[in-house]
Amino acid sequence: MAPTSQSGCALLEMRGIAKAFRGVQALDDAQLTVRRGSIHALMGENGAGKSTLIKALAGIYALDAGSIRVEGIIVRPQSPRDAEAQGISTVFQEINLIPTLSVADNILLGRQPLRWGFIRQSECHRRAEAALKRIGLSIDVRKALNQYSLAVQQLVAIARALDVDARLLVLDEPTSSLDEREVASLFEVLRELKRRGLGILLVTHFLDQVYAISDTITVLRNGRWVGEFETASFPRAHLVGAMLGREIHDTPSAAPKTAVETAGEAKPPLLELRGLGKAGMLRAMDLRLRAGEVHGLAGLLGSGRTETAHLIFGVAHPDSGALLWRGVERSPFGSPREAMRHGLAFCSEDRKAEGILPRLSVRENLVLAMQANRGGLRLISRKEQAALADHYIQALKIKTPSAETPIQNLSGGNQQKVLLARWLSLSPQVILLDEPTRGIDVGAKAEVEKLIRSLRDQGMAVLLISSDLEEIVRTCERLSVMRDRRKIAELSGAEVQVSSILRAMSRHDE
Amino acid sequence: MKAPRSLPLLATSFVFVTLYGVASALYPGFLSLQVFVNLFGDNAFLGVAALGMTLVILAGGIDLSVGAVVAFSTVFIATLVARGAHPLGAMAAAVTAATFFGAFMGWLIQAFEVPAFLVTLGGAFFARGMAFVVNRESVAIAHPFWQKAADFGIPLSPSATLPATALTFLITLGAMMIIAHRTRFGRNVYAVGGGIASARLMGLPVASTRIAVYALSGACSGLAGVVSTLYTGSGDPARAAGLELDAIASVVIGGTLLTGGVGSPAGTLMGVLIFGTIQSALVFDGRLNSWWLRIAMGGLLLLFVLFQRALSRGSALEK
Amino acid sequence: MSKPSPIRSGSRAGSLLWPAIGLVALLAGNLVFSPGFFHLEIRDGHVYGTLIDILNQGTRVMLLSLGMTLVIATGGVDLSVGSVMAVAGAVAASMVVRGSAPFGVVIAASLAVSALAGLLNGCLVVYARIQPIVATLILMVAGRGAAMLVADGQILTFEHPGFVFLGNGHFLGMPFTLTLAALALGATAWATRRTALGLFLESIGDNERAARFCGVETSRVKLFVYAFSGVCAGLAGLVAASNIKAADSSRAGEMLELDAILAVVVGGTTLTGGRFSLIGSMLGALIIQTLTTTLYNWGLPPAVAPVPKAIVILSVCLMQSPQFRERLSFARPQPKGSA
Repeated sequence: MAPTSQSGCALLEMRGIAKAFRGVQALDDAQLTVRRGSIHALMGENGAGKSTLIKALAGIYALDAGSIRVEGIIVRPQSPRDAEAQGISTVFQEINLIPTLSVADNILLGRQPLRWGFIRQSECHRRAEAALKRIGLSIDVRKALNQYSLAVQQLVAIARALDVDARLLVLDEPTSSLDEREVASLFEVLRELKRRGLGILLVTHFLDQVYAISDTITVLRNGRWVGEFETASFPRAHLVGAMLGREIHDTPSAAPKTAVETAGEAKPPLLELRGLGKAGMLRAMDLRLRAGEVHGLAGLLGSGRTETAHLIFGVAHPDSGALLWRGVERSPFGSPREAMRHGLAFCSEDRKAEGILPRLSVRENLVLAMQANRGGLRLISRKEQAALADHYIQALKIKTPSAETPIQNLSGGNQQKVLLARWLSLSPQVILLDEPTRGIDVGAKAEVEKLIRSLRDQGMAVLLISSDLEEIVRTCERLSVMRDRRKIAELSGAEVQVSSILRAMSRHDE
Repeated sequence: MKAPRSLPLLATSFVFVTLYGVASALYPGFLSLQVFVNLFGDNAFLGVAALGMTLVILAGGIDLSVGAVVAFSTVFIATLVARGAHPLGAMAAAVTAATFFGAFMGWLIQAFEVPAFLVTLGGAFFARGMAFVVNRESVAIAHPFWQKAADFGIPLSPSATLPATALTFLITLGAMMIIAHRTRFGRNVYAVGGGIASARLMGLPVASTRIAVYALSGACSGLAGVVSTLYTGSGDPARAAGLELDAIASVVIGGTLLTGGVGSPAGTLMGVLIFGTIQSALVFDGRLNSWWLRIAMGGLLLLFVLFQRALSRGSALEK
Repeated sequence: MSKPSPIRSGSRAGSLLWPAIGLVALLAGNLVFSPGFFHLEIRDGHVYGTLIDILNQGTRVMLLSLGMTLVIATGGVDLSVGSVMAVAGAVAASMVVRGSAPFGVVIAASLAVSALAGLLNGCLVVYARIQPIVATLILMVAGRGAAMLVADGQILTFEHPGFVFLGNGHFLGMPFTLTLAALALGATAWATRRTALGLFLESIGDNERAARFCGVETSRVKLFVYAFSGVCAGLAGLVAASNIKAADSSRAGEMLELDAILAVVVGGTTLTGGRFSLIGSMLGALIIQTLTTTLYNWGLPPAVAPVPKAIVILSVCLMQSPQFRERLSFARPQPKGSA
């Protein structure tokens, strides 16, 4: 690791930052330095603490510990407005603007020029136009913001942020919904701002873009500071390794691949994707899921892993390619229900939004999918439900006071086990597991991995999406590597090693 | 492509002109200045209440207490005047009481995140009951000042005068337009309705804006009560039943999005005029009954809600 | 297996405690302050008395709240029930007055119209994705006009014995409306607890996206509950018309949508959806009716009755608000010192 020896005085210094939410340590002794006239990238996987860090900086969260200094002076932003007054302006990923209001309104909301208490409209328009001109944009500021493309909206958000004499501009995933040309013009603007001496903190997960624009990089992992690096002298593979907590030279702990598993090649796949994709979501992708095989899907955040599962399970609808079920081509599943009826199951990574029914009991959470699959009229009797719940509570060692406890009272790991039980109870032929071990403790994790292997042994086809590469290596016979919303490699047998995954993920574009 | 913001207002204006044109062709005498002016005078109390409702809806809320607060205001004023208070003092007292009542409801909505429709529904029960507590019966107002105020009018032509009620409506309209478009508070109202989370991140005073909106709607309801007493010369605890529905319908038909953030007081004027035109046409016709008004308003409401839905779907590409 | 924990065990009984206490407290108050309250007498084999009146009068809100409970369980609300009552009453009365169809057909036709009205609400919510308050507001505005259209603006009076029996007849010594309410409750309870409908409703109200990911047909279920709410409103409309032997389109069911919502909320079903309790809603309806009757007995004019009702609405809403509870729990340790 090469600590940076940077010229330029530190604009922002965050040291010893700690923040916990209900006992979960989101940030622990994290640090960050941004220099004047430079672009600094903040990187890390899900749960690394990036968004907590910038929300603390924007005055949305109060810190448990640590200091924030702007040009050497300690600040404690209490609100977004307060942070702006200290020279820190943040543009959040979901673009914190009001799409239905005019561009001028959006730039000047809350600080419109007044005369006798009334807004001076022509002055407003003039100031908005001037603010946009500074970043090289000239549009009709009286039109509603949603009349413009997302790229323009992003620039308007930046113009608003700069209108308050910002010294530090924080951009949270500014490029996630822009196309290449729009990204290029955004970067042009950022370079110009940098020339003018502004400090820019860029949160992103696009490796190529980090290398295209940033001067320095800070990597966080699991709420902790991993290191600060100079972009130019830091190889991609090392960056990926730092984010995932792996050194590129590590020898993989590859499990011995048995002959049975390689023999799986000969079997026709249960489910096959041929060029399946959807514009703006996932580029045409091939994938074969075989019975008795765990297929891994590795990739960084936003690489298209979850999108693949959504397209298979009928949550999203592909606009190109074909799906083969047991070797026969058919139209992609139109809804989760249709996919379920064919023997598919999908355990979502977003436990809270797409998984649990928080106020319903463990038993009800467990039987819902089975009941829905059976149809509403044939109620699974209370006795059967209880038996089913008890069976899985014991089999998966779910820790709960009773089957009637609301699932929201359980720990994350036990919630996850209930959700797994929900899908296992259907005895699916294909099960899609999206980050099944995220946010659960080590013991529970080992149990879930054991469970996945036993599903394979029972003859299920498993698709395992995980950002824990060792987990993938431990459990998968074959894996696909994703980057930038497409599949870039497929590895099998002896190739299934952490180092080869990392190499594939960080390989430079052709 | 995405539709411009003015499209709903244009559509509403078109509906109004068409309706008025059809009515003029069908009924002789409909196309006269006085009939047109009467649209303002006869519907002034609906208009004033609807203007208050417009702000609430723009901020993403709803106020179902409007009719009951109007009734309370009318009977409160009439009773005070009957007990010897000066009409001006009685009016001020009614509007002040209504404003505080609105602010209180707004505070419950803001501080405890109770659904707006429930709080204002409770408010409607309360205000209606209190109106009957103040006086069980309709009370006539007899006061020289009152007579003068009710008879006041600005002659527009030899055959048409603009009555005090219409004047109040127009002044309220002007004030609302200035508030909505030319004050920071007004722009904040749009921002809160357009995206409350973003408004918070932008550092706007979300809480005070939401409370103020209900306070203003209360004030408008109080003022609508004043207008109603001017119009009828009495206060009645049973008056204005279901007025909130007409007001909401006028606001939505006027192009204001029920989800908040889009619309204008000027649109609400159009909505009220459409309501008035249908009502006048029914009176002119004589054969059609008053229930057609409700059906027509319901139909227009359905049409405009679907129309808005289609528009917002077109521009919701980012989601 | 571990023992079930008594607190927050997710059982439904706990949520019934508060409405039950409320009802008992109201009745106890009456026991002390209005001696004649519990007096029952039997004339011509029929039981009469204030308690019977409460049950009889409460039928309409009970019927409405059955449908409303299911709608609210999905996280929606139905403001149109009062107007649908008027429509159902007008349809039935106009057919009876014309005398052209057998009574069974009259009932069926009027309930079918109500179901269609509910289905319209459902379509607006499910397919046009309009918020339930707005979607049902449309019918709330237009429905009453439609009812007047059907009745030609008249208050249609009738003497049809079958129709009159519905709201005024006696069965097993009790008002027939009680049998009707009991049947409706039984049918609804059966449909929600003997099939998976109840589970589906609660899962939609709790987390609609997760329910869809589990394969629950959320659209169909929601369409069904709005149509069902329409039928319940239609039934209540028939009872209301029968009570006064007339269909009064402008007054039938006026403000009753509020009573129905109130009954559901008082009964422990939260407006955000999820867990629901039909028995709770029944208790809620009885609380409202007992409160109203009690106030009348005390000589409070009917017109003023909304005031205490409003206070009940707001207190119940506040009690359900997490922010309010938080403030209460902050305040709790203090009273000793401050008082």
